[in-house]
Amino acid sequence: MTDYVSTVTGLAPLPDWAKDELSELKGHQKHDLIDGTEGQEIRSRYDEARAAVIDHQQSVGLDRIVEGQLRWDDMLAHPLSLADGVETRGIVRYFDNNNFYREPVITDALEASDDLATEFEPFADTVDAERRQVVLPGPHTLAELATDEYYGDNASLLAGVTDLLVDELDSLDAFETLLLLDPALATDPPADGHDERVSQATDRLAGATDADVIVHSYWGPLEEKTYAHLLDADIDAVGFDFVTEQDQNLYNLQEYGCTDDIFLGLVDSQNTLVEEPEAIRERVDWVFDRLPVADFETAYLAPNTETFYLPYSTCEAKLETLAEAATLAEVRAA
Amino acid sequence: MSDTKAQFRPDDHDAEHFIMTTVVGSYPKPKWLNRARELAADDEAAFDDGDLQEASDDAARLITREHERAGLDVVVDGEMRRNEMVEYFAHRIEGYEFNGPVKVWGHNYFDKPSVVDEVEYDEQWLVEEYEFTASIAERPVKVPITGPYTLANWSFNEAYQDDEALTYDLADLVNEEIEKLVDAGARYIQIDEPALATTPDDHAIVGQALERIVADVPDDVRIGLHVCYGDYSRIYPEILEFPVDEFDLELANGDYDQLDVFKDPAFTADLALGVTDAHVADVESVAQIERNIEKGLEVVLPEQLVVSPDCGVKLLPRDVAYGKLENMVTAARNVERKLDAGELDAVVQQASPADD
Repeated sequence: MTDYVSTVTGLAPLPDWAKDELSELKGHQKHDLIDGTEGQEIRSRYDEARAAVIDHQQSVGLDRIVEGQLRWDDMLAHPLSLADGVETRGIVRYFDNNNFYREPVITDALEASDDLATEFEPFADTVDAERRQVVLPGPHTLAELATDEYYGDNASLLAGVTDLLVDELDSLDAFETLLLLDPALATDPPADGHDERVSQATDRLAGATDADVIVHSYWGPLEEKTYAHLLDADIDAVGFDFVTEQDQNLYNLQEYGCTDDIFLGLVDSQNTLVEEPEAIRERVDWVFDRLPVADFETAYLAPNTETFYLPYSTCEAKLETLAEAATLAEVRAA
Repeated sequence: MSDTKAQFRPDDHDAEHFIMTTVVGSYPKPKWLNRARELAADDEAAFDDGDLQEASDDAARLITREHERAGLDVVVDGEMRRNEMVEYFAHRIEGYEFNGPVKVWGHNYFDKPSVVDEVEYDEQWLVEEYEFTASIAERPVKVPITGPYTLANWSFNEAYQDDEALTYDLADLVNEEIEKLVDAGARYIQIDEPALATTPDDHAIVGQALERIVADVPDDVRIGLHVCYGDYSRIYPEILEFPVDEFDLELANGDYDQLDVFKDPAFTADLALGVTDAHVADVESVAQIERNIEKGLEVVLPEQLVVSPDCGVKLLPRDVAYGKLENMVTAARNVERKLDAGELDAVVQQASPADD
């Protein structure tokens, strides 16, 4: 019987009070963004905001809890922004969104800053290990977000960012699930030959943790070849953005099968319309009814993208929907 | 080539050629205006909406004068009354609601509105702004207005089947506003569609929306379209079919690396060329801006050329914004003199259609 697990994608919006206070404390320009050297006052504001975000997830009963990545000013490029060997330059567009991040230019060998551990510690203090979910960019996405002036070719760059992610993971204590957000697999699919390397890099990262590993891509379906290669990696679940695309996702599932677990992006994180839990459950049924076999061990129910695109109160309402939808799905399955 | 440009030629323009100088729209707000807004929002402060109105009028007067002082042929009030280019309009349209700020980058947020019901025209958007500016300006006034595609694309759409349907309904409202502006005397309207830069494949939707926007607008009203920096090869030459007189393009920012895109096929509309970079806080020299203007002459004939900064300049320090405008006007006048003297014939020749 399938276990329905409600979860989130990370990169949460800051509570409105924290938006105000942190912009006041930090400023609005690119040199004001997080570089890992912020003072105690800023740290403590983030601690308060993190506590609020975690508390809300726990109070609505989500099965997996995230730290929220509230400090990730550069969104999924954040691990690069803080790494040694990177210079952050101008503001560049974040995928096809009206959002921007500092261009991380790799000028020397990448080295982890262990900054993630500073966020993980207060998270681990309040959330039990079996509910903790860590969110990181997938290696392909992190490589695509970077400008490379050091490694010289795609293969070395990919190896460099994968090493960086493995090192960051090493600094973290126990957690249940690792969610790798890898939207570039859909928006900028790896070329022939490189797709195999991306799969191996993902595999290496998955091997660096005992947690269950999910690779989730969004803003469109994966090309067949990319999907097939991704399944070669030793991961526990593949994620699908069923808000943006249904047919090609179904086709990939029908044609190539899936991992033992599945991660379903069903709640729209780029629209304020709050879904009903029943509607989310119907979307699950809609997907599973179209698969020849749907005996997944675990089905994660989640937003389709990161959630910072939403106003804070809307994000809260959507998480509540997810928590309830997972309960409904369980009742029905029983 | 459009014939709507000549009406803006100043009576005392002493060159034979006329390269019209203008701005995209926004300009740095004086700090006291931001303070006044904060005061007006504070219930405990002895500063009400009437006081804010007075402050806004003063700011509009100040910046319009600043534009005139820089020597611009066509001026704007610097959008002193507008807080943001989508929010401002969404507050005035029925069908929108606000759920709180969302991140654009770093700690820059905007109150991204949600469309929760069919959009309907409610209170006027820009007529009062135009009437005030026109009443105090000594030069013709341009009205920038956020286009329906951007109003749709930069909102959460909860009510419409897709953004295309929402765009068309919003286009009808923009059309209604433009009719009111024209009745009030406006002769130069610029539609701003920065969202097209992020999703260039939607150019056909923008084109359809523009057809609705210009319906029943008199031919002598000049309609421009501003599109921010993006991959212009994905929208050109298709945009030449749009029912507008002028395209305002951001090319200084990329050092004219996309100029060739517009050379083939020939640019048949007027070109409002960005000749100073709106994202660099250094004032370009007059000589540099002259070279930039001459880039435009590789694409269009002098009669088709208009110059402006690349984009709205509201994020620049005010003295830098002013310096850019002043140098831009001087540069345009210098290029006109060179054209009058026949010194740029070779450049202009390149832009002439082959069958001339």
